[in-house]
Amino acid sequence: MLDVTRIKADFPILGREVHGKRLVYLDSASSSQKPSAVLDAMDRVYRNSYANVHRGVYTIAEEATSAFEAARARVARFIGATAPEEIVFVRNATEAINLVAYSWARKNLSEGDAIVLTEMEHHANIVPWHILAAERGVELRWVRLTPDYRLDVAELERLVDGARLLAVSAMSNVLGTINDVRPLADAAHAAGAHVLVDACQSVPHLPTDVRAWDADFVAMSSHKMLGPTGIGALWARRELLEAMPPFLGGGEMIRDVRLDGFTPNEVPWKFEAGTPAIAEAVGWHAAIDYLDGLGMDAVREHEKTVTAYALRALEERFEGRLHLYGPLDPEVRGGAVSFLFDGIHAHDISQVLDEDAVCVRAGHHCAKPLMRTLGVPATTRASFYVYNDESDADALVDSLVRAEKFFAL
Amino acid sequence: MPGLEDLYREIILDHYRSPRNRGELPVPPAHKVEGFNPLCGDEVVLYLDVDAGNGQVRDVRVSGQGCSISQASTSMMSAAVKGKPLSEVRKLIRAFKALMSIHESKLEGDGGGLDEDGLAPDGADGNAALDDVRLGDLEALQGVVKFPVRIKCATLAWNTLQQGLDEVATPSPAG
Ligand SMILES: Cc1ncc(COP(=O)(O)O)c(C=O)c1O
Repeated sequence: MLDVTRIKADFPILGREVHGKRLVYLDSASSSQKPSAVLDAMDRVYRNSYANVHRGVYTIAEEATSAFEAARARVARFIGATAPEEIVFVRNATEAINLVAYSWARKNLSEGDAIVLTEMEHHANIVPWHILAAERGVELRWVRLTPDYRLDVAELERLVDGARLLAVSAMSNVLGTINDVRPLADAAHAAGAHVLVDACQSVPHLPTDVRAWDADFVAMSSHKMLGPTGIGALWARRELLEAMPPFLGGGEMIRDVRLDGFTPNEVPWKFEAGTPAIAEAVGWHAAIDYLDGLGMDAVREHEKTVTAYALRALEERFEGRLHLYGPLDPEVRGGAVSFLFDGIHAHDISQVLDEDAVCVRAGHHCAKPLMRTLGVPATTRASFYVYNDESDADALVDSLVRAEKFFAL
Repeated sequence: MPGLEDLYREIILDHYRSPRNRGELPVPPAHKVEGFNPLCGDEVVLYLDVDAGNGQVRDVRVSGQGCSISQASTSMMSAAVKGKPLSEVRKLIRAFKALMSIHESKLEGDGGGLDEDGLAPDGADGNAALDDVRLGDLEALQGVVKFPVRIKCATLAWNTLQQGLDEVATPSPAG
């Protein structure tokens, strides 16, 4: 069990008040807050060891370089990668997916090829493929949802037949649904397709083993897992990275440049053009240390408990007037809880909640195709993380009671 | 801090609960125009029946979905422009945007259709000519200005109306 009181104290922002009330932060699925350990680690780099990486021979440049590369190794270990070289630092999960779309897919896919996506994908795992489809005449196929908000895997075999790529989220940022990646990957591989996992929501909340998934590409962002913005990673099998052409060109990513051409650097630096996010890498390292200190199994157990509590509280308090969008079984879902009231718009709900310093997200959550499937323009989403406990779920319910009264018909 | 009562005035909630002019009109003769707020997925569909002869908005109907602010603003807008001459409607659009602290970047023109929206701090940039525009119930939406992210909710219907009137004035080949 996590000691949430102690954890809350590790996050300076959670000590502040908004509108004279204790801040109740329930929007970690959008971006998480940062513990002092992360802020201090970044501050230390800038104060003591800051210089550009992979360039200088002087001491602080070496310190910065080794801290940067240590972060790469830390990310690799955290997700079960075989080697640090399989980690390409990017800005965020969106860039990781675009890297695959621009480098791997443009080299390997052409007119008539197919990519399989799911209806629950975030725009980050849809739009890069729409762009490719429009440019190359690639066909996009969609795995549909079941009535209980899971992937309709009965259709999978037919959909992956003849496809080149299955790109699927490991956890939905709207429904909370956890997708069992391994069988999906097995089906895709059996059909000769590669597998990209959008692990942006799962890596922060579940123990991750990219090899157990048998994935080919995995995308993630630091900012959703207690780390800073501006850094994320693409993990890919090494032989795939070796065979992929560079995406962005510039410094860092070359071994040699001549008037008549260039020779790219080794992986992963081949994909890291320009000065990278150095302090952010160090901050991400500290965030992973913090999460591992709690233990990812304990993180998962804690979130299951709090999510189950919140789901029960919402159902009991509002009965049929509140609709939950997502599986009700905590075993197959994470802590992103989407809901709607009859006749009250998600925006209006979150406006009232803001007055109580309860931060939730209202909108389409960058998943408009999913919203269309659900038949709603928007939902309100509360999402729980390591620093949330039952008291935060209670604050949510109390504020929702007020919102419902305010808009009572 | 501004309170919920500043935002959700009773008249707004009334329009939200009992929206005026809901429905559709046959197209043609009516013109259909849709507006989206990409931020929140709100959607406004307007059916405008414009009498080109006497330059008047003969009828207007509204469908779509959205939050209380966007729905109330749409409902109030429909009531305010129905039966009004186009010149007055154009003025009303500008006056409403001024209420939302959005001032047209060009100075008072002829009310033609090419105005660009410019976000500007409250200023006296030529809105004197709007002083005689009576906003009536619409003034209840003034509180929205204190909640900057909601301004787009309030202006959605008005931007859509403006687009619709422009389309009626210069029909595109696609119709
Ligand atoms: C499932 C999923 N994929 C991708 C993203 C994009 O992440 P980022 O904005 O960090 O690139 C998000 C963030 O909301 C997400 O929830």
